[in-house]
Amino acid sequence: MDALLQFIFSGMTVGAVYALVALGFTIIYNASDVVNFAQGEFVMLGGMITVFAHQAGLPLPLAAVLAILATAALGVALNKLAIEPARGAPVVSLIIITIGASILIRGATQLIFDKQLHRFPSFSGDDPIRVMGATILPQSLWVIGGAVAVFVALWLFFTRTLTGKAVLATANNRVAAQLVGINTGWVMTLSFGLSAAIGALAGVLVTPITLVSYDVGVALALKGFAAAMLGGMGNPKGALLGGLLLGLLEALTAGYLSSQYKDAVAFIVILGVLFVMPQGIFGHKSTERV
Amino acid sequence: MLTVEGLRSRYGRIEVLHGLDLQVDSGEIVTVVGANGAGKTTLLKCLSGTQPVSDGKITFRGDNLGVVPAHGRLKRGLAQSPEGRQIFTNLSVEENLRLGAFLFTDTRVDQDMAEAFAMFPILKEKRNLAAGGLSGGQQQMLAIARALMGRPKCLLLDEPSMGLAPLLVAQIFEVVTSLRTRGVTVLLVEQNAFGALKIADRGYVMETGRITIEGAADELIADPRIREAYLGL
Repeated sequence: MDALLQFIFSGMTVGAVYALVALGFTIIYNASDVVNFAQGEFVMLGGMITVFAHQAGLPLPLAAVLAILATAALGVALNKLAIEPARGAPVVSLIIITIGASILIRGATQLIFDKQLHRFPSFSGDDPIRVMGATILPQSLWVIGGAVAVFVALWLFFTRTLTGKAVLATANNRVAAQLVGINTGWVMTLSFGLSAAIGALAGVLVTPITLVSYDVGVALALKGFAAAMLGGMGNPKGALLGGLLLGLLEALTAGYLSSQYKDAVAFIVILGVLFVMPQGIFGHKSTERV
Repeated sequence: MLTVEGLRSRYGRIEVLHGLDLQVDSGEIVTVVGANGAGKTTLLKCLSGTQPVSDGKITFRGDNLGVVPAHGRLKRGLAQSPEGRQIFTNLSVEENLRLGAFLFTDTRVDQDMAEAFAMFPILKEKRNLAAGGLSGGQQQMLAIARALMGRPKCLLLDEPSMGLAPLLVAQIFEVVTSLRTRGVTVLLVEQNAFGALKIADRGYVMETGRITIEGAADELIADPRIREAYLGL
């Protein structure tokens, strides 16, 4: 029983990270149907920039804010310099552009910073909290709390604000969005900035636990993508629950079977779900009459 | 209100509009009729800014529209209900209407929505359903209602009768006629030449990217060339 609770705690922590990455995917996907494979790099940059800003003497909170803002600016630049000029290209080409961007960002980070593993102190110390025989790190609570907070904010944004609806409208029908007066170029800029900021926030929260180096983004993007697909691409609720589910699956497999199989089991479950529900657990089938 | 001079437009290297002149005065219902492929939809797309203009000038209420991006044209009072309806299929009927008034946040938005529901009661019934699940006629109503939510001075209507049952066509044309009393000027593009000319003040006949005949709508209905080519009489 203690062991199970312990596995659940670690699964929730990892899952919250996947959820944050998946939530980042959600916004850009909602605005443009593009799956941004540079999302993992945004997470990595959040951690790396915070590390180096902190080392340069900035207090940790300020370094974190700087990292989030800088990454958001990079997201906007990615849209302006690489995605916008290719407007009109098929979605697949745009996705390949984001893969190229991720390679570029990884390489540049390696050159500008370094190839070492880094961390900075946890926000609330490293003393584990005991809960019914299991322990959880305070930083894990930060990560889980961060994922839930971002989810709630995004859910409100997409369901309650006109700007959020404008993002959905742009994804659904770009021409019609322009006809009702939505500046679709601006919507894209907003989406990339927001996605990058969420990614960077994930990096800031998770670095004290998992450490950060220039190449952590690849695995995170892959897992975040899997989580988003599992939950239903484009749906914030799906991203959150898909992420948590994936994290729990991994932790339970690692605990009860072997940590060598954790990725395999996770992906087998995802394949199984997608065979039965190709839209993901919360994705809704799009019905369209013509 | 709307003046088009020497308008040319192309898809790649193929020019489809070869220098169009057209004018719509305030309060009028003007129709552009013509066969499939005459360039009617391209004309409207040029007016709404979703198709590049290669030459010519579009003036709307004294402003040169050429420098205004598509998303800025509704702000000037020019709305389009596009061909093929182009509604937001994943969003609800009500969300579609609300987005039609994207530019506005005042209390008139609620009044306008109530008016839209009064005009098309079926939309009120289905307000919470995804717009993609509506029938063709309902989608057409939604497209028109959404365009009106933007408080246009001039409404561009592209083939509102396309693919609809005769009874629905009559209903749609009735709504178009009623726009006159609401002070909305209408440019109506139609293949259904007879229906369009019956409710219009003036008409233009378009053939392969050119205006070939223009005049008062009742004269055009009586014109033997048009009766033969478009009205099947």
